[in-house]
Amino acid sequence: MSILVKPDTKVLIQGITGSFGARHAQLSIDYGSRVVAGVTPGKGGQFFEHGGRRVPIFDTVADAVKQTGATASAIFVPAAFAADAILESVDAGLEIVVCITEGIPTRDMIRVKRAMAGNANTRLIGPNCPGIVTPGDGKDSHGGCRIGIAPGYIHKKGHVGVVSRSGTLTYEAVWQLTCRGAGQSTCVGIGGDPVPGMSHLDIIKLFNEDPDTHGIIMIGEIGGSAEEEAAGWIKTNCKKPVAGFIAGATAPPGRRMGHAGAIISGGKGTAAAKIAAFREAGVGVAATPSEMADTLLRMM
Amino acid sequence: MNIHEYQAKQLLARHGVAVPFEIPVQSLAEVRPAAEKILARGGAKVVVKSQIHAGGRGKGTFKSGFQGGVKVASSVAEAVGFAEKMLGNVLVTKQTGAEGRRVRTLLLAEAAKIKKEFYLAALLDRAMGRPLLMASTEGGMDIEEVAAKAPEKIFKEWIDPAVGVMPFQARKIAAALGLKGDLFNAAAKLVAGVFNTWWECDASLVELNPLAVAELPGGRETVLALDAKISLDDNALYRHKDIQEMRDLNEEAPLEIEAGKFNLNYIKLDGNIACLVNGAGLAMATMDIIKHYGGEPANFLDVGGGASQEQVAAAFKIILSDPHVKGILVNIFGGIMDCNVIASGIVAAVKETHLNLPLVVRLEGNNVVAGKKTLAGSGLKLVAGGSMADAAQKMVEAVGK
Repeated sequence: MSILVKPDTKVLIQGITGSFGARHAQLSIDYGSRVVAGVTPGKGGQFFEHGGRRVPIFDTVADAVKQTGATASAIFVPAAFAADAILESVDAGLEIVVCITEGIPTRDMIRVKRAMAGNANTRLIGPNCPGIVTPGDGKDSHGGCRIGIAPGYIHKKGHVGVVSRSGTLTYEAVWQLTCRGAGQSTCVGIGGDPVPGMSHLDIIKLFNEDPDTHGIIMIGEIGGSAEEEAAGWIKTNCKKPVAGFIAGATAPPGRRMGHAGAIISGGKGTAAAKIAAFREAGVGVAATPSEMADTLLRMM
Repeated sequence: MNIHEYQAKQLLARHGVAVPFEIPVQSLAEVRPAAEKILARGGAKVVVKSQIHAGGRGKGTFKSGFQGGVKVASSVAEAVGFAEKMLGNVLVTKQTGAEGRRVRTLLLAEAAKIKKEFYLAALLDRAMGRPLLMASTEGGMDIEEVAAKAPEKIFKEWIDPAVGVMPFQARKIAAALGLKGDLFNAAAKLVAGVFNTWWECDASLVELNPLAVAELPGGRETVLALDAKISLDDNALYRHKDIQEMRDLNEEAPLEIEAGKFNLNYIKLDGNIACLVNGAGLAMATMDIIKHYGGEPANFLDVGGGASQEQVAAAFKIILSDPHVKGILVNIFGGIMDCNVIASGIVAAVKETHLNLPLVVRLEGNNVVAGKKTLAGSGLKLVAGGSMADAAQKMVEAVGK
């Protein structure tokens, strides 16, 4: 079991003919994920070819879904067109939309979020995220579902759920787990933007219900209050051990640390406040990013 | 991106927000005619305001010893006198740090007789993912302090992005501020204008502190944005050519501008251990772990997910331009990118810059064995780090020696 996506999830890729989208479509195919369609307006009828596979390209997401039965989408289109791409996938009724694109204007995401309000069919992951991986049974977790840009081979099938706002810090945690023989159920990068789709809490609730997830690593960073909200829920509701790390304890206030959402503003969103919330909720706090896996494994 | 007060007020005025009559000047020669023009309108005083991207200007001190970055002059001559002390001089405020900022623009404004001061801001409520208008009767004060001590004095109105600010919402805020009659109607118009500025300009923050009820020279009372601050969403600047032109490179750190040219995300800090990392989260975590083991990070530097050899070289040059740097910690988790390419980039950059500071490199990920081999065979004096903890400890130790 896993959350959100399974090895047999059918994936379509919006922006499959761009260099970024194409590269990661290839890597997902190599990993054994079921990439069933691409969408590039104006290139419908063509094919994306890789490793002996011919993936049909459609002009619209609606067409791609109708023809292939895809239930998940990965978005690689440029920032200026990303809001449109997300809502096109929502309109087509996809269950999971993963937006990798970085640099989307906040106002666009506010409108997307408003347009998705009350929609129970589609879950958005990202934007500005590495995506989601449910590791497979094969060598180096081959045969899993990889949607996005994460390196597939660092994973190992198992029972730890990972949720994080940061890409490379997710890989760091996953690699620490894999090196210690601890596999993962699903790893979700929710992205570093101020207006994200799914939150830490949304993902942790799913992990909590997933019988195959036995422990959770939650990685946060400065800015916003999503980690505090998740911690508040964990305190009274979570049945599984959770370990966490917050990046940005040394970040100066008022500066955006790479991610659009990583900023301490008006004295809010500090690492200290988030770490305090973790401790209050019984979340195991990794003293350094080198100890994320060990902190959880000690609790399991 | 941040802009100056005078630029913020230009954007606000375009959206129907009332601002004082005011003229920005860049040279001393412009001060006299500007002050004359303002006083000719019938007022008794002119405010001379230093324009820098930092708060606390009024209570700031110039390095020359002159007190106050905002002064009220009762005559043209006095205004010119203040301008001489300010223009071209370095102002230190609680937000500038000890180095201060050079004042290159002054804003000359008609002095209004202030009757009441309020606070008004438009911003994003991240928890809701919705725009928020926030107002308080406690104007001219630090709003964080008000929020902490008297949260009941902060009035909040969330805006539905599908319909924008509705007139009734603006009226609710005018009422919360206790305004009546013409002032009530004027404030409602102004509140709507503040939201529309935030929305139309893709701002991350529009803040009026204070928004004031002021008596104009003729005796009539009105509501005015006496001071204004606007921060903009960098991701949306591409669709605002006019706002892009408001960028003032003098207000940005030269190394950060240079880094931007190579798509590197660099922020200078006060420590002496430089770090070069891929990914924003890992870059922050690397700073944190340096501090954890007793060191002080000299910078935040994210070379991005697909760093090229050219970017690594540029990153080294930028890091080494900071004279406080005593050692460099490279932490790369090459998930997709080839660690050997990164290793070659490091070797080339070290040779090119004739680096003679301690260098600790921690590589992990794709093709890491070849990458480590390249580093080991380079003949360079560098230390290989195993885990992040190992690399950080070795770095702190090397700099401590």
